Amino acid sequence: MSKYFVNKFLFQIDRDPELLAAYKDDPGALVEHWEASLGRQLGNGDPVERTTWLSFEPEERRALVEHDYVALFEMGAHFFLCLTIFIAIYDEDYAASQGPLSFQREYATKLSHWLGNDYPTVAL
Amino acid sequence: MAELSAVLATTHHPFFLKATELTPPEERIPQAAEWKRKVEAYRETLTAAQPDILVMVGADHFHQFFHDNYPTFLIGKQPTYDATFYNEEREFSIPKYVLDGHEELSGFMLQGLLDRGFDFSVSHELKIDHSIICPIITTRPDADLPIVPIYTNIFAPPLPSPKRFWDLGRAIRSIIDEYPSDKKIAAVGSGHLSLELGGPRQFGETGPDPVFDRNAIEWLANGDIDAILANVTHESMSGAGNATHGFMDLILMMGIAGPEKAAYVDNLDLFHTMEAYFTWYPNGDPRKDGAR
Ligand SMILES: [Fe+2]
Repeated sequence: MSKYFVNKFLFQIDRDPELLAAYKDDPGALVEHWEASLGRQLGNGDPVERTTWLSFEPEERRALVEHDYVALFEMGAHFFLCLTIFIAIYDEDYAASQGPLSFQREYATKLSHWLGNDYPTVAL
Repeated sequence: MAELSAVLATTHHPFFLKATELTPPEERIPQAAEWKRKVEAYRETLTAAQPDILVMVGADHFHQFFHDNYPTFLIGKQPTYDATFYNEEREFSIPKYVLDGHEELSGFMLQGLLDRGFDFSVSHELKIDHSIICPIITTRPDADLPIVPIYTNIFAPPLPSPKRFWDLGRAIRSIIDEYPSDKKIAAVGSGHLSLELGGPRQFGETGPDPVFDRNAIEWLANGDIDAILANVTHESMSGAGNATHGFMDLILMMGIAGPEKAAYVDNLDLFHTMEAYFTWYPNGDPRKDGAR
């Protein structure tokens, strides 16, 4: 389990308009590409230094490829990073067809089985 | 010695500008006019204090800092600060700003904090995010004063305790009081009441925990640090909403003011959050005494 690596993915994709567009269009290819390149560069894109030991678990990779924010919430990926990146990907389309905040409300509804329970921790 | 002329503790709502000035009046949400009115009234509480320098308190929302190196407490020491990240502009339509910094007070503050047992990190290339730009937009939209930015970790657990935030506020207060200058300094910090982001209680009709919000407003309005320390824990904040820990920055601000009643208190029940605005005047209320 590498919550850190999942969060690093969300952090780096959300801050880069080109990577974000690629994550929307072809998440499978983007996740594979990121895991082999930027994800392994020390910190936020060191040109030389590599982190050799980080990788996704299969379930983490699947959740990222499928934009499965429920699974990401349940594995303790950071709530702010998740919400921000999936708003970037889905909010405009949802708002245009179903009205403002419709994506955010669907997001909440899909997590409603957690109401009244302690959420999975985002601590690393 | 410098005069601490006002302490402001405010919630920050990144959509304020978008929901008011950036939307044509006929398309605004129903609360937009009241929201704008309350923000402008709150702004007057800072204007009246005639500050020369702003000590700003906020928290980076994974804009510059990440888990590879997340500072618990950090101060910027720069002549100039850029503000607003690409993804904040994208999501909230917050404009970019360039703010003057006050390097001398940053240095004095950093040394004073180290001397008082707060081993701060320091950045010389800090970019400001919406936790500081939102209160600039609401309380000093001309962005014409030099700032000293202080960042806290309310985001990447494990977090410091509520008591530590209070103590940090007290330390900042004593450093401002000792600063050898004839300038007037205001401290402006932002945080949250109960808040849920990326969880099942997000974007509801009210904030996730209206009871917490009511209590929190009363505690801050009365300067009641004993009630806060008796009631507010990391667990109780999580229970009120998964992002409620930003409340600790409001505790910090009350720490700068001291355990005193606020001179100005207002709040606004918005969709999905309770907004709240507090001002203390530790050296006298300039709205009563006239310009000092
Ligand atoms: Fe925030």
